[in-house]
Amino acid sequence: MLELNPQTIAFLVFSILALGGAVGVVTNRNLIHGALYLIVSLFGGAGLFVLLSAPFLAAVQVLVYIGAIAILIIFAVMLTRSMAANVREVYNRQWWLSAIVGVALFAALVVGVLLPVWGDAGTNSSQPVSDLVATTVDLGVALVDGNQYVLPFEVASLLLTAAMIGAIVIARDNE
Amino acid sequence: MVPLWMYLVVAAAMFSLGVYGVLARRNAVAILMSVELMLNAVNINLIAFWRYVTPTNMSGQAFAAFVFVIAAAEAAVGLAIVISIYRSRRSVVVEDVNLLRG
Repeated sequence: MLELNPQTIAFLVFSILALGGAVGVVTNRNLIHGALYLIVSLFGGAGLFVLLSAPFLAAVQVLVYIGAIAILIIFAVMLTRSMAANVREVYNRQWWLSAIVGVALFAALVVGVLLPVWGDAGTNSSQPVSDLVATTVDLGVALVDGNQYVLPFEVASLLLTAAMIGAIVIARDNE
Repeated sequence: MVPLWMYLVVAAAMFSLGVYGVLARRNAVAILMSVELMLNAVNINLIAFWRYVTPTNMSGQAFAAFVFVIAAAEAAVGLAIVISIYRSRRSVVVEDVNLLRG
């Protein structure tokens, strides 16, 4: 089914990194370790982006997710660490129900992916429709082109400003 | 290349793990980390479909870039709320935050 070429091996390695990190995030008792597993998982995702020929998004993943968000999460873990947090239960009382929901969702998604319910070719194609791939230059042009994504782009910048101001206001010490 | 469904299955597994983490964990920071996992799984899906179905159209990559923006904003505001709650309640366990419970 799968011939072993460097690309398949890289896909397997990055998938294992992404999924193993994800398992570590949801099961680890120590939140600092959980945040480090999150970094592993996001790095695996960045590798998958490279394999899908989206190098700019892979770089953004490393810079923004690993460099900013994961570090922010580690800061929050350290700022909110209480002595009681480690001895108490990691999961709430409905953890088995949550596990059932997660497994059922995964089963539904896999059925939707593997069965050809979304058209005759479905998702079994191993070849992209064309080997011609848009580049980072095209992405940059698309984001500022008046006919494409300039309005969402500006709204996103406004959203980031609002989120920054909101975070400062919410986390400010009021006393 | 690797078939498209493999990327989709990896993303589906990652998203389901994120759903389990959001529903089952008690620590608010752990829940935020699980939300980040879910957003990342969505991004893998978007990029995979972009590469295999419309590789010359920029919509897939542009949507993934906007997901990055949303994830950054969500992490900033979410962690600010967590720190604010910790300051007033000395706890980040979501079951202790029951002020609005009827």
